[in-house]
Amino acid sequence: MDGAEHQTRTRVIALAGNPNAGKTTLFNALTGLRHKVANYPGVTVERRSGRWTLGDAPAELVDLPGLYSLDATSMDEEIARDVLRGSPVSPVRPDAIVAVVDATNLERNLYLITQIIEHETPVVVALTMMDLFEEQGHVVDIELLSKGLGVPVIPVDARKGTGVSELADSVAGAVGTSQVLPAGLVAELSGEGSAVFARYRYISGLVQSAVKHNDVDAHRFSDRVDSVLTHKFWGLLVLLGILLMVFQAIFSWATLPMDLLEAGFGALGEGARSVLPEGIFADLVVDGVIAGVGGILVFLPQIILLFVFISILEDTGYMARAAFLLDRLMSRIGLHGKAFLPLISSFACAIPGIMATRTIEDRRDRLATIMIAPFMSCSARLPVYVLMIAAFFGGQTVFGFVSLGAVIMLGMYLLGIVVAIVVAFILKRTVLKAPTPPFMMELPPYRMPSVRTVLSNVLERAGLFVRRAGTVILAISIILWALAYFPRDGAAEPGTETVASDQLENSFAGRLGHAIEPAIEPLGYDWKIGVALIASFAAREVLVSTLSILYNVGGDADETDGLASALRDAKRPDGLPVWTPLTSISLMVFFVLAMQCMSTVAIVRRETNSWRWPLFMVVYMTILAYLGAFVTYQGGRLLGFS
Amino acid sequence: MKLSDMPAGSSGTVTSVDDSSRVGRRLSELGVVPGVRVSVIKHAPFGDPVEVRLLRYNLALRKEEAAVVEIDPASTNGRG
Repeated sequence: MDGAEHQTRTRVIALAGNPNAGKTTLFNALTGLRHKVANYPGVTVERRSGRWTLGDAPAELVDLPGLYSLDATSMDEEIARDVLRGSPVSPVRPDAIVAVVDATNLERNLYLITQIIEHETPVVVALTMMDLFEEQGHVVDIELLSKGLGVPVIPVDARKGTGVSELADSVAGAVGTSQVLPAGLVAELSGEGSAVFARYRYISGLVQSAVKHNDVDAHRFSDRVDSVLTHKFWGLLVLLGILLMVFQAIFSWATLPMDLLEAGFGALGEGARSVLPEGIFADLVVDGVIAGVGGILVFLPQIILLFVFISILEDTGYMARAAFLLDRLMSRIGLHGKAFLPLISSFACAIPGIMATRTIEDRRDRLATIMIAPFMSCSARLPVYVLMIAAFFGGQTVFGFVSLGAVIMLGMYLLGIVVAIVVAFILKRTVLKAPTPPFMMELPPYRMPSVRTVLSNVLERAGLFVRRAGTVILAISIILWALAYFPRDGAAEPGTETVASDQLENSFAGRLGHAIEPAIEPLGYDWKIGVALIASFAAREVLVSTLSILYNVGGDADETDGLASALRDAKRPDGLPVWTPLTSISLMVFFVLAMQCMSTVAIVRRETNSWRWPLFMVVYMTILAYLGAFVTYQGGRLLGFS
Repeated sequence: MKLSDMPAGSSGTVTSVDDSSRVGRRLSELGVVPGVRVSVIKHAPFGDPVEVRLLRYNLALRKEEAAVVEIDPASTNGRG
């Protein structure tokens, strides 16, 4: 590469268009699977960009959020408008704009084009869905359309790759020119009345002259499918079936890879232990870094599976139908129909659930959904419920045949849902108060999902999660490890269980447990539960392993049984049992309501682009958890339970 | 008559949209403008939202949003 080439700045090309116009498919076809994802400064809108080439020159293609108009009603549209105009969030004004237009939905797609061409930046229209358009028997005069808009119009088929090089040539030719508004449009806009109506009048005239539409309506296929999928009864049944399948996948199909990952990290830890010289460094690497990060990366298979499903549901057009079916229910608590899926996903894990709230355009709606997602009982709470139920309610039944454990478990799930509804209701009327955002949403025709789109989406989400695990979560794991590790008393013989529990009692974490004992006594907890609570603020399932250490029940295999009996037998200094059924219920209630997951906090920080919301979440959920456990324990005692 | 009052299976031509409201403005940007033909396809399970078809695409909107659109059910020659 010579010096002259270095001097030419990389061209920045913006990709704009309506949602569902084939923008993402085209972006992936032009740039491949490697994208850079960052946030626009100060906001939560993602800036996705990739490398493209215009002839020989490299270019950066920036994928703008899908939008219907430049008259910013949402954060996404505001950002897109700012980028197109070259204002502060995007210091570099794009050299050209590729505007994606769906040929089968021409008039509405052209509305945005009539706004984009008002700015100086040169525009090239990429006409997508031409195969479908021709299949439906419509004919378009590309030249007439191009003349009427005053921009080049290039038909492209991103899936087959046709038209892609013509598009690049056309964009290369357009760079450096200045966009001019067609005279006919200027004339319409200068008239009295609504500019929106004027634009549509111009578009209508243009489409009538340039397009011959076949009058046979080709949308019938989707309508026929929808006669089942959005049917008042069958539609809900199918939705339930799909949710069940997603759940099944997350809970059971992910088990094998999760077990493998867990075993892999275990082996890695042992390997590191055998290679490293014994001492603090080995302990840090094995118990801090490998155990901490491994414990989080174990969730990766669930996250990948969930995003495979979400991407397929989005890409086929089904997601819009699910929102259509459920909007009535969701809007009662002040949320959008689109909030349903992220919340359901949160039953597996709040992290992918929170990442999935991106489909909700309204910022306040999205925040409210994020704030309640952690109340859905996630898979990390299961080990806690299982231990408590096994220890205190095992083998008991109600009405002679229903397992009491199952009833309690269901109760915990319901408690989370009810609290979530109440909190959403309150948030939407206080801190996140806003008029109910409009629902208006296109129900796009059903399409086969594109493997490339699904793959790129999954890779992107998984990548973001892994990067989190590598940074914030790693740091927090080390801090928590240190709290439980220091100070050391040198006399201890390493390796024996008794020593491990003494060490933990003496550590900073143990001292903290003692220190908070007065505060948690009204909840029915002693200092050991305090230590376990502190440790489980990193991740809920840590409660089980911490209690195992404190009660000297070693071994990872079948630790639930041994631990359960140890908990039942534990006595206070006065001889009364430490744990009662009521204590266990109080603890479960605490776990339903408390924000004990550093990964979730880290993800909320990323998704809201501020520390304010994750901190708010930790504080209000901890207060709720304390109050909930307090009411449970004290109320239970008043009612005569022990 | 208001778009929100139209039963499933009926159609008509848009006569006016209150585009001074945020909802009306958004709807008109989506192509719900005077002279356009709109047909009501169905209502969601709990009676709301409603799915309509216009300009060769399907749009879902809540009834309270559909209430800002006036339709002439007798006029069948709107743009489709």
